[in-house]
Amino acid sequence: MLRALIRVAVVASMAGSALAQGAHDLDRGALDRAIKDSWRQAQPEWLQRLKQDDTQALCSLYRNNPPADIAAAIQAREKAAIKYPAAGVALMGDWKKGERLAQSGYGMRFTDYPPRAENGGNCFACHQLDPKELSYGTLGPSLAAYGKTRNFADADVKAVYERIYNPQAAVACANMPRLGASGFLSLEQIRDLTAYVMSPESPVNK
Amino acid sequence: MIVRKRLFCAVIAGLMLPAAAALAAGASDDATERELEKYRQMLKADPWSNPGMLDVDRGEALWGEKRGPNKASLEGCDLGKGPGKIDGAFAELPRYFRDADRVMDLESRLLWCMEKLQGFEANALVKRPYSKANQSGTELEALTSFVASKSNGAAFAPQLTHEKERAALALGEALFFRRQGPMDFACATCHGDAGKRIRLQSLPYLSQPEEARQVVGEWPAYRVSQGTVMTPQHRLADCYWQMRLPLVDYGSEVTVALTMYLVNQAKGGVIATPGLKR
Repeated sequence: MLRALIRVAVVASMAGSALAQGAHDLDRGALDRAIKDSWRQAQPEWLQRLKQDDTQALCSLYRNNPPADIAAAIQAREKAAIKYPAAGVALMGDWKKGERLAQSGYGMRFTDYPPRAENGGNCFACHQLDPKELSYGTLGPSLAAYGKTRNFADADVKAVYERIYNPQAAVACANMPRLGASGFLSLEQIRDLTAYVMSPESPVNK
Repeated sequence: MIVRKRLFCAVIAGLMLPAAAALAAGASDDATERELEKYRQMLKADPWSNPGMLDVDRGEALWGEKRGPNKASLEGCDLGKGPGKIDGAFAELPRYFRDADRVMDLESRLLWCMEKLQGFEANALVKRPYSKANQSGTELEALTSFVASKSNGAAFAPQLTHEKERAALALGEALFFRRQGPMDFACATCHGDAGKRIRLQSLPYLSQPEEARQVVGEWPAYRVSQGTVMTPQHRLADCYWQMRLPLVDYGSEVTVALTMYLVNQAKGGVIATPGLKR
């Protein structure tokens, strides 16, 4: 379905048809060639990171503002790929571990190998969480008192878990990384981060 | 006049240490930014107190020195305005060069001249184009700082008459919005909206000309936290590093195209290098 949509979008944008409204495309061959020529010193296993998956390709094409049908298709596919903990394991883990993960921006830069620590969620780079932490970014919305504001409801615990695992299941072309889907964070880490956002004991909700 | 050592030691002793301490603490970026602003004001009063001017000076000496296997200076290097013409050249780069049949920015052009005129091995030069923290600048950094400073006060005037220049701009724009890598990042993720910050660091909205005009002309810049000059190529390579992508080649088509996009966004913005950054 998505492959077909990409083809339609690309072909339509070349033809300049109404279907391609909002699409920003140029000769993709030129772009792919330039990328290939610009990382000649990189190791082959690293070049994989420059290849786009369908979602990245569509979000680039539409500059994060895809038409409704494509947005719906992205969300459905990303949602279907979310993995959950084994039956009987709570979606909330240990908020204290989650707090450390929210502070850490470590992982997957070429200077981060061989790994010296686990990957971090780096939540504070973009979100306010614990209101006592003053060094927070504003690329994402404030999550201070997020759980408390929602009365710590189970449905919201699940929504937060899914949002961290794959934000594009809820919002196509969201800026936030798909931290679970990409394997950047483990299910265990996402449970800990869910607890940090949603647990009544977490400083986020104090 | 080659070496100008003037009272900047005193300025650094007074201001850089508190700034560095604040950076190490990682908490009070606001305070750091205030100290930097004071520092910038002092630099305006006395531009030669900018430590980046050491690289400008070294670059000036390197430009005129007969070097390399061919024992040639760079005075025959054509940066777009004719051989040896440096004044205002940086303001009109990147541009198309017929001899190379491609669009080049200042750094890829310097590399070209060092190879073709002086006989240096380009592959060896690009292995280590960037200095490490607290080391003096590489030759490419010094030369870039020197040539860029010769456009200080001029406004960016992007060259888009040649077809390949327009293609570079289109490519740069597409790259700016291209999402990729394990974090799905594009340049636009951090630089596509107004008034945003990452932790406490303000992020320029580079797809908007008003903000681009204010910041693009500050590169190459002296980075207080690193104690080195950072060139535009290095700045872009660092963004790709942060985006979890492999190290992009120095002077690559991608980084030259992104430079073309940024310079076009900053069209009319006044060049003031080396800027001063944390």
